[in-house]
Parts: sequence; structure tokens; C-alpha cells
Amino acid sequence: MTIKIQILGTGCPKCKKLAENAAAAAQAAGIAYELEKVTDINRILEFDVMLTPALVVNGVVKTAGKIPSIDEIKALLA
Amino acid sequence: MNTVKQSADGPQAQTKPSGDTAAASDWRRYVPWGIAGLVVWWLLYRSLAPFAAWVTYTLLPLPRGSRLGAAVEFFVYDSPKVLMLLTLVVFGVGIIRSFFTPARTRQILSGKSESVGNVLAALLGTVTPFCSCSAVPLFIGFVTAGVPLGVTFSFLVSAPMVNEVALVLLFGLFGWKVAGLYLVTGLLIAMVSGWVIGRLHMEKHIEDWVFQPRRGGGTGGEEETLAWPARLRYGVDAVKDIVGRVWLYVLLGIAVGAGIHGYVPENFMAAIMGKDAWWSVPLAVLLGVPMYSNAAGIIPIVQALLGKGAALGTVLAFMMAVIGLSLPEAIILRKVLKPRLLVVFFGIVAAGIMTVGYLFNWIF
Repeated sequence: MTIKIQILGTGCPKCKKLAENAAAAAQAAGIAYELEKVTDINRILEFDVMLTPALVVNGVVKTAGKIPSIDEIKALLA
Repeated sequence: MNTVKQSADGPQAQTKPSGDTAAASDWRRYVPWGIAGLVVWWLLYRSLAPFAAWVTYTLLPLPRGSRLGAAVEFFVYDSPKVLMLLTLVVFGVGIIRSFFTPARTRQILSGKSESVGNVLAALLGTVTPFCSCSAVPLFIGFVTAGVPLGVTFSFLVSAPMVNEVALVLLFGLFGWKVAGLYLVTGLLIAMVSGWVIGRLHMEKHIEDWVFQPRRGGGTGGEEETLAWPARLRYGVDAVKDIVGRVWLYVLLGIAVGAGIHGYVPENFMAAIMGKDAWWSVPLAVLLGVPMYSNAAGIIPIVQALLGKGAALGTVLAFMMAVIGLSLPEAIILRKVLKPRLLVVFFGIVAAGIMTVGYLFNWIF
């Protein structure tokens, strides 16, 4: 099953770092994934996220306002 | 009415883990460790002064009373002192922050009457995690949830300006009076400027798209109840992140301070930034607004200016203008504020900062 990872953020360096970590975590866990960067502020607000960058897995907000480590993201993907 | 397109990958309701019972009982386990940690911290902190003297005059050894000796002693004493203070405060603030997510802060603030709301918002702004890159989603999240505009501004002013790193550095380098005045006046600026913006009733100067209807349902991922191990880790992460980012600036600031401490300062700044030059405070604010730096980066400059005879109020106004108001922030906020409200916001906060500058110059 392919999981859908979304990175919410308006393109700050932290968002890029989070996207890298998320991709690395999914690869390390051997999970098929699809990664999307959501930069449109209206779409970010639909998730009711007030702190960026945020990590969304299959439509559920997992973290907001921080960059979890690759290991932490692995646990969130499972 | 606008309709927002629905898509399959939108937000879904999240089931919240209920860690309430665990959170209530397990904090007691950490009390002995906390006390032990504080005792060790305190003993280390107390021995810094004799250690610095020993390094300077016994280990090196430099002659007592010499300029170089005084400078080295100042640096060897102040660097670990400020870094230890910073670690303790950032850790403590990190744990406090784990209780105040923006979602909870918003919940506290929505529906509050204006004056009470301004006071609360300024206080919460200091303990809610915030970064200026999140200013837009935060602003919209607050305003659309019914937090009054002026109260939202109190939060937006206090969050960057009243900063724990600046507080620790001011305490470590200039003493508790300066640090206390910075804290109190920073909060007052946030409260008053937010209140004034509220009185001006400028709601129609918010960009229209802010209020467009949105599909809700997302939880923001911030509602979970954290257990104590997670809160402690939040504190440790804050230390790693903040102390890791600012330690170099801190050492640089102290080195500048040490240079000034050991060698007699020139007073050429006194003419343009001294107490007698009334126009120095507005000039400092005007210079500070377009500049952008974090609190730690500005401290070496503060040290240098003070050492060269600039007045404390003038320098503090400069510092507040740099960290509290910035051009990048204005550009970010322009997305949600029409030009007039943006100008009013910057104008009122700048006026508040100038008042503080004059106040400090008058007191010290």
C-alpha cells in the first residue's frame, strides 16, 4: 500500500529539511510513498495547522512546527 | 458563498491518544532527578568565579590587575556562566512551551474581552512556540477562530520581542535590573500596542481572503496530551536547537564584552548614541527595523555599542527594533494585512519601543 506524505510549509529551509527526513524515513522503512509539498497557505489552513512545517501522513497531521528525526518519522509512518 | 473543493486527501479527524492518567502520575518520578540536577547546576555555577580566577592567575599565569588578565578572567567566567544560564532557562521554557501549543493558546484567547485578552495574549506570546515563518497561518488561525484583532496583535508583538535568549543574555551581562525592565517593558509594549490597534477597529484592513470559508476538520496535530518523558524531551530538544544555534554569537558577544572590560573604552559613540542626543532613540529604531537578526546575534553589537559609550535605552531600543520588527516580517504579514494596517502596526510598536528607549535612558 502506498502511503501519502504531505509536507505543509511555505517553502522555508525547515520545510525542505522535513521533506528530506520524511523521504529518508519512508525509504529506510521500505514503505512505498508519495510525497507532496503543500505550499498554498489556504490548503495549509484547511489542516488547521498554525505552525509550519507540518508533517501529514494519509491526511492526518502528525507533527507541526518541528523537524522530527528520521527515526521519529519512521515510527509515525508505521 | 465560496465553496471549497473537497478532495480525498484532505484532513481527517484524528483519534487522540488519552494519556491523561499517565501524565498525572508520572511527573513525581522526575522530581528527585530535577532537584539533583538543579543542585549540581548550582554547585557548578557557584564555582565558576574561583575557577576563572584560577585559570587566569594560576594556570596561565597572568599578572593580577593587568588589562589582559581582567579581559581573560571576564571571558573565562562569563562564557560558561551565560551558557549555563541559557541551558537552564531554555530547558525550563521548553517544558513550559510543551503545555502551550498555539491551538491551546487560541482556545484560551478566543472570546476573551479585549483588555484581559491583551494582557493574556502578551503573556502567552512569551511561552507559545513561535517562528516568524508561521506568522501568517497563526494570524489567520487566531482571527478566524474569534480572537479579537487587537489581542492577536498583542500576541504577534510579544512572541518575537520578549525572548528568553535575550532575557538570559541581558541578565548575564548587565544584571537583573536591565533584564527585568526588558521583560516588563516588552510585555507592556505588546499589551498596549495590541489594545490600541483593537480600539482603532481596523478589521476591514485585513485582506479579504483571510475570511474565506474553509473546510475544517483538521486537528492541527497539536491536541495530544503529552506524557512527562515527552515534555522533558521537548525541553532537551529546545536546548539542542536554541543553544546549538546561538552559542557562537554568545561567545562572540562575551569576547567583545571582555575586550571592553579589559581595555578602557573609547567614548566616540557617546556623541551620537549617548543620553544627551535626544534624537538617538528614534534613529536607533529607524536603523533597527529594516535589520533582521535573532536575539543572540544582536548581543555582540549591543555589547560593542554600550562599551563605546552609547546609552542603555538607545541600545535596547535598537535591539528591540531589530528582533521585534523586521522587513521580512512585514513582507510576510503583508499577505494578510492591507498596507494601512501594516503601517499602523509597525508605527505603534515602533512608538512603544521608542518610549522604552527614553524610559531606560531616563532611569539609568
